[in-house]
Amino acid sequence: MSNAVQPDLTFPKSWHRRHLLDLKSLSAEEISTFLDVAQQLKEMTQGCRHKISLLSGKTCANLFFENSTRTRNSFSLAAKRLGADTVEFSSVGSSVAKGETFVDTAKTIEAMGVEWVVTRHSTPGTPHLLSRELDCCVLNAGDGPHGHPTQGLLDILTIRQHRGNIKGLTVALVGDIAHSRTARSNIWGLSKLGAHVIICGPPTLVSPRWSELGFEVAHHLDDILPRCDVLNLLRVQFERQRARPFPSVHEYAALYAMNGARMQKAKDDILIMAPGPINRGVEITPEVADGPHSVILEQVNNGIAVRMAALWLLSGANERAKATPTSPLAD
Amino acid sequence: MNKTANRDLLIENGRLVDPSQDLDRLARLLVIKGRVAAIDPADADIPATCERLDASGNIVAPGLVDLGAELREPGNEEDETIESGSQAALAGGFTSVLCCSSTRPCIDSPGAVEFVRQKATKARGARIHVIGCLSKGREGEQMAELGLLADAGAVAFSDAPKSIPNDALLKRALEYCRMFDLPIIDRPEVPELAENGMMHDGQISLVLGLKGLPTEAEDLAVARDVRLAEATSGRLHVGPVSTMGAVDMIRRVKSRGIDVTASVCPHNLCLSDVKLQSFDSKYKVHPPLRSGKHVETLRNAVADGTIDAIQSGHMPRSREKKMDDLDLSPFGGAALETTLATIITYMINEQVLDWSAAVDRLSTAPARIAGIAGGSLITGSAADIVIIDPNESWTVDGMQFRSHCISSPLDGHSLQGRATHTIVGGEIRYRLRPELQHIA
Repeated sequence: MSNAVQPDLTFPKSWHRRHLLDLKSLSAEEISTFLDVAQQLKEMTQGCRHKISLLSGKTCANLFFENSTRTRNSFSLAAKRLGADTVEFSSVGSSVAKGETFVDTAKTIEAMGVEWVVTRHSTPGTPHLLSRELDCCVLNAGDGPHGHPTQGLLDILTIRQHRGNIKGLTVALVGDIAHSRTARSNIWGLSKLGAHVIICGPPTLVSPRWSELGFEVAHHLDDILPRCDVLNLLRVQFERQRARPFPSVHEYAALYAMNGARMQKAKDDILIMAPGPINRGVEITPEVADGPHSVILEQVNNGIAVRMAALWLLSGANERAKATPTSPLAD
Repeated sequence: MNKTANRDLLIENGRLVDPSQDLDRLARLLVIKGRVAAIDPADADIPATCERLDASGNIVAPGLVDLGAELREPGNEEDETIESGSQAALAGGFTSVLCCSSTRPCIDSPGAVEFVRQKATKARGARIHVIGCLSKGREGEQMAELGLLADAGAVAFSDAPKSIPNDALLKRALEYCRMFDLPIIDRPEVPELAENGMMHDGQISLVLGLKGLPTEAEDLAVARDVRLAEATSGRLHVGPVSTMGAVDMIRRVKSRGIDVTASVCPHNLCLSDVKLQSFDSKYKVHPPLRSGKHVETLRNAVADGTIDAIQSGHMPRSREKKMDDLDLSPFGGAALETTLATIITYMINEQVLDWSAAVDRLSTAPARIAGIAGGSLITGSAADIVIIDPNESWTVDGMQFRSHCISSPLDGHSLQGRATHTIVGGEIRYRLRPELQHIA
């Protein structure tokens, strides 16, 4: 078998959560703990490439009701790198198609003895619903436009690896904020750690209510570009929009695409990020996506690290809660 | 079960609150053969066979009248039946309920009206008055046979909870209905603007990533409604409303002397969109829970009479349906059994309404708007009475409802006030504590 390294990792005393539902409810300290663990696990697995037996014997179930290859595979790999087993459920051609309710599906999976249910769904709040109905750990892999906590964490981890401290950085989220769970998770995570967040996009996708909540709103990318340390380019979500919020893809690209010309106006050490998959030519041109400022592929690797951390931390909290019923259980 | 109920009653020591007679004082109420015979009768006039009820510490008022509850039968008996709904109504202190036409098949034929009336009679719960569809098949295109429906006993017309998006249809119907002198009820909403929204469109929906129901969706429909009411001199009731914009327009049109009435649901008087942060479908209700400033405006509007009536908003849905994710879960919840206590707790006890105003909004005004008997204890009227213990503390538990629906946005709330007896035509059809019967 592969070189399964016996890990030497102390479980953080302050971690009590057995569900990861969103970033908004996490404290700055919890987020930092999470990032530290992710970084350690990344190193212990040699860049998420090698297996360690931290979670052997446990099973992680992916319960995905929306299309996904990257996130689903990322969670699977994370589980496997830590020695856990995985099992896949998708809604297509499944019991759900036969009329079983979503909660019943999850309970059936739980009854098969899984430690974690990783769930993705188009409606906000579904992981929260599951966390009320299930005893195992629930991980939100994306609930509609509401949240995608592991994405937020991997984005922040990537920034931290390059910049050290998040505090004081200017990070702009660009594009379809309205429909983006990546945007929301980043907004909460980054602001908790002290970054200055700019929300940039057309008014139909970036509501003035964000400024009521205390965030800087910008509609012209060119205006804010010189100030940005990091740009996170969100994909335009055609599948989550019902009526077109802008006239054409061509116009969107003209106003918001990160291209060579715009790179000239950016800071010398700017980081270009994107949650992927990217629409080359829409949010980002090939020269930028493949250029020296892009950390897109590092994000992917960090995704596995963050998901390993999630599985280990949640499972640990769950075990603690079951062992000492009086200990605080922050869900 | 079918024994002839004693319909002679003497209710003593209670505080009689009847806004139709400007009455609010301790008084005795005598009911003979199911009709109010006298207030403060002479002892000689009290028959020996009278059942005596000691209403010490209690309020005695005309029974509550609801302008629109969904009873779901025929077609959706898993949500509610006429029997369970009319029993739930009694438990909430209602003696009359207008039931929505939104059944399957919908109430757009005399036969359907007759079906509901017969079932209601058998149920021996609250009086059920039938609302007929405004449009054929509730499709919103052509007028239903309003005259025939009126003949069969419909008391009002509405496609609620659906709105009436076709302006020309509403105008035509308002004109046509003048010959029957029956009200049209519109639940105001522009469907295209409401478009799949799940909660109030505001800061909370922005943060939660949930599609919002913008206030414009309601405001534009209210603007259309009041303008058409004015243009046709028709009898239009707008409700339930939930926005500042709606209140503003209704206030302005009333100040010009136009006869439009409006109503509001109790949940919009005390709960806000903050509740949706739990993503719990029990807060997915119609109208949606709006932000605090709308709640405040509605409370003031009920107090000053701009909003004439309070309606339950009873939209029962089965447990399985409400257990789904927020998008698939239907709007609605049970409200007949919590309406009275909600108003006592959040309006009367918070000094927004006094008892007289509260009874007016819950009973006298809705009866007048619907054009039905009720809302009054004037001598000669049918003895539809509710006895209320204003101090009864209880916690809302959906599992205890008589309604089939266990979902309620007030679930878990501690409330004050409860009906102890609900009397229909002099017959005590509901007792909170059946084991305690005061017989002199």
